[in-house]
Amino acid sequence: MAYFLQQLINGLTLGSIYGLIAIGYTMVYGIVGMINFAHGEIYMIGAFISIIAFLVLGLAGVTYVPLALAIVLLITMFFTSIYGWAVERIAYRPLRGSFRLAPLISAIGMSIFLQNYVQIFQGARVKPMPPLVQGGFTIFESGGFAVRLSYLQLFIMLLTLVLMIGFTTLIATTPLGRAQRACEQDMRMAALLGVDIDRVISLTFVMGAALAAVAGLMVTLYYGVVDFFIGFLAGVKAFTAAVLGGIGSLPGAMLGGILIGLIEAFWSGYFSVEYKDVSVFVVLILVLVFCPTGLLGRPEVEKV
Amino acid sequence: MTAASGIASGQAARPPALWAPILKDAVLAALVAVLLALPLVGLQTYDIGGGALGIRTHFDWVALAGATVFAGRLALRVVDRLYRSREQRGSAVLARLAVWGSRQMLPITLVGIGFAVALPFLPFSSRYLIDLGTTVLIYVMLGWGLNVVVGLAGLLDLGYVAFYAVGAYTFGLLAQDLGFTFWEALPFSGLVAASFGVVLGFPVLRLRGDYLAIVTLGFGEIIRIVLLNWAPVTGGPNGIGEIPRPSFFGLPFARSAPEGVTTFHQFFGLEFSPDHRVIFLYFVILAMALVTNLFTLRIRRLPVGRAWEALREDEVACRALGINPTTVKLSAFAIGAMFGGFAGCFFATRQGFISPESFTFIESATILAIVVLGGMGSQMGVVLAAILLVSLPEFGRALAEFRMLIFGAAMVGVMVWRPRGLISHREPTLRLGTVRVR
Repeated sequence: MAYFLQQLINGLTLGSIYGLIAIGYTMVYGIVGMINFAHGEIYMIGAFISIIAFLVLGLAGVTYVPLALAIVLLITMFFTSIYGWAVERIAYRPLRGSFRLAPLISAIGMSIFLQNYVQIFQGARVKPMPPLVQGGFTIFESGGFAVRLSYLQLFIMLLTLVLMIGFTTLIATTPLGRAQRACEQDMRMAALLGVDIDRVISLTFVMGAALAAVAGLMVTLYYGVVDFFIGFLAGVKAFTAAVLGGIGSLPGAMLGGILIGLIEAFWSGYFSVEYKDVSVFVVLILVLVFCPTGLLGRPEVEKV
Repeated sequence: MTAASGIASGQAARPPALWAPILKDAVLAALVAVLLALPLVGLQTYDIGGGALGIRTHFDWVALAGATVFAGRLALRVVDRLYRSREQRGSAVLARLAVWGSRQMLPITLVGIGFAVALPFLPFSSRYLIDLGTTVLIYVMLGWGLNVVVGLAGLLDLGYVAFYAVGAYTFGLLAQDLGFTFWEALPFSGLVAASFGVVLGFPVLRLRGDYLAIVTLGFGEIIRIVLLNWAPVTGGPNGIGEIPRPSFFGLPFARSAPEGVTTFHQFFGLEFSPDHRVIFLYFVILAMALVTNLFTLRIRRLPVGRAWEALREDEVACRALGINPTTVKLSAFAIGAMFGGFAGCFFATRQGFISPESFTFIESATILAIVVLGGMGSQMGVVLAAILLVSLPEFGRALAEFRMLIFGAAMVGVMVWRPRGLISHREPTLRLGTVRVR
């Protein structure tokens, strides 16, 4: 029971991170109808920028942890958003209306490019990060096994919750959110009614990148190591989360993320650590084959 | 591109150059470049020992990035304004080249094959060059195999390396456990890889194009992780070693053979040289690649080949005409996988050692890049792209480091400027009215 609870907490933490990345996939898919394969790299870049920002702050003498966290959060979101914007502008916008696989191939090229770009300029070695937030609560103790919820895990879950609430409000109530929902339903009609499509799509990528940046920061804090290759696996897992929740659906992405986090945590806790990545891929294949609309998605009708 | 140039193309007179917006645009682009480069290029982390990181600044590089983008963007926009559209001009040259290439296909092909056959005997050739040629040919073969799936059938396969791995491990295991030689194992490698293609393809081929791509990616990773962790059978991360080398119709390439066996150099009365095997391997893969190509060219004219291309263009129409998409896609998948398996078998015998490390996603991406850059569906393009990809690192260490960076950028560039590939010129395979009866 205690072990189960501990895995539950670990899974929820992991799931929050995947959920944040998955939102980027699901929003882009909902509006543009493409898989932004480079989104995993955007998250990786977020992780790198956060580690660099921490180092710079350390040199600048900011030692009060909450202040440092807040500043790093803002810096990381800002710079990573620019990457998200630039990727859309360079690799996807010229391809709108091209044949269907073109944006995906372009995205794979972008992903390879960004990975190697970071590898060349930051080195291929793993970047370590000393633990910044330490300590935690002991929730429950039985048979010598203590269930712990660290402050960091709490911070990750709470921040995710706050971001989700803010984000849902943004989509539901602001003019930008309305424009995004309009574009998702019918892009051409939205354009005819005066919605600036280019701006909406750009901002969608910016928002997705900002959330991925937060996920990158969380992973830096949580695992304490970052390398240029983390984006690939996290990207695939987050995409699985988006598909599982129903691609195009925001609550679905969060739900899918948490489910994937739980599956991974329980799989490595009860079965085998070596095959934990296989579990996610198997889930992806099963969901796509048997239930391609996901848990909260709408069925897609192919029209001639 | 802009509205102004759109109007200009309709009129004879050039529009007055409006420099202010162009300059503003270039400055903005440079600003973005500086912001992009600032954290990741300008601030470089490095180890200072003891598991800690230090930071080096490279603001000169950031300035360089800004200046380059400014100049590049300015040049692009100026060219854009002075000529009608860079897209049309650049494309026109390449398109003419492609048309010329497709008209002269036969002589070009013959010269190419002639050169490939003669390569080991040319005066400037060396062991190193032949080795390089063998690597190029492996990628050519993989490219042609994947071209069946991506280029002809229009199914994006991001896990092609899985079939390559299956082929290699089939031979590795058959050789290790049952003592198979290369030639005995070759058909099995293809067969097993094709069966894997069917097993994967059967449930997933109903999926939409981009979903299919992600599922194949997942499949590729599953195969790699299983190879990595199923140590009792696959040897885990240590892989399989001492895979036998191929023999020339039963004549081994060795300095000395055991009693009763004649070696290659003894049989032909030659001086022993380790180069013989290298040259032989080169010819084996050349033959295999050519067979792949010939097969693809022929099958394109069969009903199933026609169905592949029709399906790529319009699935709904195909369904309406009574083509079963699942079977047709499955055949493309299986045939592509089979060639991947053959290539994997050759890879195993050439290296003599295989491990899961050779079959990562980046390998799949490389093969896909070759197919995409060459122009999907174009056989000649694959050859050029493979030569470019493999030989780029040979021109210097810097290029080796930047190889994948350049390739990633090139993939984006090709999609943006010429989505059908660099030198592809796509004629409809069949035309109504001008059908030639052969």
